[in-house]
Amino acid sequence: MGYVPVKGGTEAIDASIKRLKYERLKGNEIIEIQTIISTMRGMIDQVMSESSLYSPFLAALAIKQAEGSMEEAVFLMRAHRSTLPRPYYSKTVEPETMLVERRISASFKDIPGGQLLGATYDYTHRLLDFDLIDESSESVERWLHNYEMELQQVENFDEVKYFPKVVDYLREEGLFEKYEENNTAPKDITKQSLQFPSTRSERLQVMTRGQTGAVTSLGYASLRGYGQVHPTVGEVRVGAVPIYVGHPDDMEDDYYIGDIKVTEVESFVPTQVKNANNEYELQFEIGYGICYGQNETKAIAMSILDQCLEHPEADFPTHDEEFVLLHIDSVESTGFISHLKLPHYVTFQSKLDSVRQVKKGVQEVEA
Amino acid sequence: MKPNTHFAFFDEGSKKEIRRAIMKAVAIPGYQVPFASREMPIARGWGTGGLQITLSIIGKSDVLKVIDQGADESVNAVSIKKLVYETTGVELTEQTDKASIIQSRHRIPEVALTEDQIIVLQVPMPEPLRPVEASELKTKSMHAEDDYSGVWLMLFEQIMKYGKTATGADHPVYVNDRYVMAPSPIPRFDNPKMHESEALILLGAGREKKIYAVPPYTNVESLAFEDYPFAVETFEGKDCHLCGSTDVFLDELIDPQTGETIYQCNDTSFCIDQLNKKEEVEVQTSYA
Repeated sequence: MGYVPVKGGTEAIDASIKRLKYERLKGNEIIEIQTIISTMRGMIDQVMSESSLYSPFLAALAIKQAEGSMEEAVFLMRAHRSTLPRPYYSKTVEPETMLVERRISASFKDIPGGQLLGATYDYTHRLLDFDLIDESSESVERWLHNYEMELQQVENFDEVKYFPKVVDYLREEGLFEKYEENNTAPKDITKQSLQFPSTRSERLQVMTRGQTGAVTSLGYASLRGYGQVHPTVGEVRVGAVPIYVGHPDDMEDDYYIGDIKVTEVESFVPTQVKNANNEYELQFEIGYGICYGQNETKAIAMSILDQCLEHPEADFPTHDEEFVLLHIDSVESTGFISHLKLPHYVTFQSKLDSVRQVKKGVQEVEA
Repeated sequence: MKPNTHFAFFDEGSKKEIRRAIMKAVAIPGYQVPFASREMPIARGWGTGGLQITLSIIGKSDVLKVIDQGADESVNAVSIKKLVYETTGVELTEQTDKASIIQSRHRIPEVALTEDQIIVLQVPMPEPLRPVEASELKTKSMHAEDDYSGVWLMLFEQIMKYGKTATGADHPVYVNDRYVMAPSPIPRFDNPKMHESEALILLGAGREKKIYAVPPYTNVESLAFEDYPFAVETFEGKDCHLCGSTDVFLDELIDPQTGETIYQCNDTSFCIDQLNKKEEVEVQTSYA
C-alpha cells in the first residue's frame, strides 16, 4: 500500500485501553468479587435492576471491571445478557409468597401482620462514621457473634409466615374496586420492541429496568407539580420471592429454580370518578412498582409513574408514555449522549455547505 | 464461570430474529421494521444497529470493511471491526471492492458498489418525520396513511426562510415511490448513490430499534420541489491535495504550515487507491 492519509486509530485505541487498565490497577490493590458481593449490596441491587439480569456474582464482576461506574456496570451486564439464550419463562410470581424482610405501610398504622422495619437507612443519621476507617475483621466477628446471641433470645416461629397484602384488607372493606384478574401473558419487550400505545405489562417492564435516577426524577416531577398524583404508600415490601418454571409438557410439577430479592410497592392514589348519579366520587387507584433488590425510592417512583401512565388524558409529560418510557433506559440514554463524542466531520461539513450556500444565495427566490 | 463467546456474538435465536426483520425490510423498501434490538458490547448510538445487522448476516467466508465518516482507521470503525473479528475471525479489508459486507457510518464509498456487496448503514434517527412530529404513534400512522405533508412543509419553510432548502446530511428520500425514508446522515452528495444501487442497502438503528432497507435496483429520490431542485454539497474548483480527485466528497482541512484551507478525499481508501494507481503509472513510465 502506498500512501496512508489517516492512520493510527488502532494504535490509539490499544494505548487508550492500556491506560484504562493502568488507572484500575495503579493503586496496586485488588478487590475480590466476594468482597463486592458482601459489602456493596446497594450497588449490586441497582446494577441488577437496571440491567434486568439477576445475578449478584455477575453484577459484582461488572462493578469491579467498571471501577464502580454505575452506567458502565449496567452496560456490561446488558451486553452479556444479549449472549444468553432464553429458553424458559417462569410461572407468575405471587408476591404474597414473599419471605418478607421488611414491610411497612404509610397508609395504616395497624395493618394485618404488622409493620416490620427490617434493614433500612431511613432512621439512620447521615453522619460519616469515622470508626469505619479502622474497622477490623476481629471487631466485625465480635459484633456478628453478639448479634447472633441477641437473635437467639428472640422468639422463633416454627412455620414460615406469609404477610397478607394491605390492599386485600382494604378491598374487603369495599374501599377499593375489585378487578378480574388479568392473566394475559405479558409481552416481552426484549423479544419484541415496544410499540405504542403500549400495554401495561410493557410499561412495567420498561420502568423496572429504568435508570434509578431517571425513574426517580420523573416520579418526583409528577409528585411535585407536573402531574396530578400524590400517592400514599399503601405498602412497601422487601424480600425473596420463589421462582418456578413449568415442565414443558405441563404434566409434572413445576420446578423451583431459586429465589430473587425484590422491592414491591403499592401506592394508593385518590382519583375522582363519576358514579351512577353522575356525581363525582373519590376513589382509590393503585400504582404498582417493583424492582430487583432493595431499591425503595425507585420502586415508589415507578408506582407513581405507573398510575400516571394509566391516565394518558392528563396533559403532563409524566403522563405521556413515549416521553417516559423512551427516555429512562440507562444504556439508551448514556449511549446516545456519549455518541456525541464520535467524529461528525462529514455531517458537519454537509451542514457547513448548506449554511454557505444559503449565505451566497445560490438559488434565487422566484418572485 | 467463563463462558465461550458464540460465533458472531449473538445466540442463534437472536440472529434469526434480526434476519427475519431484515427480510421484511427488504420486502417493503423504505419501511421501518421494529425489532427487539439487543444491547451490544458497544454503546447505543455508536453503531449498534449496523453492528447487529452485520453480526446476524455475516458468515465465515465474508470479507468485512468498516468505515466511520469515510475513514477505515477512525477509532470507532476500528473498534467495531475488532469486535466482529474477535467473535468471527472473518477477513478484514480496507479496499472497497474486496469487501462483501461494508458497515459504514454516514458515508457511501466513492467506488460504485456491486450486486455481490451489501452495505450496512448505521442510523441514529431512523424517523424522517421526527423533526415535525415527536410521537412515534403519530409518525407511524402518518407513514401508513402516506401523509408526508409535514416533511414537505419543512422543506417549503426552509425555502421561505433561506431562499433554498437548507438540509445538511440525512436529507429525506422517497423509496420505491412509497415510503419517505431517512437515508441516515450521509451527506446529500451520497443520496444519488442509493438510487438504483446494485448493492443491497441495509440500515439499522439500534437504540430506536428499527431496521429498514433499500433492495438492489430500487428507485430512491431525494425530496425536492420542481422549481427548487435537490442539490448536493458543492466542491466546485476544489480537488484533493493528495490524489487530485475532483467530484468526490472532500474534507476541509487547515494546512498546519501555511494556514490555508486545503481539501482531501473523505473516503480514505479511495484516496489511497488513486495514489497507488498513480504510482503504478509512474513506475511503468520510468522503467519503460
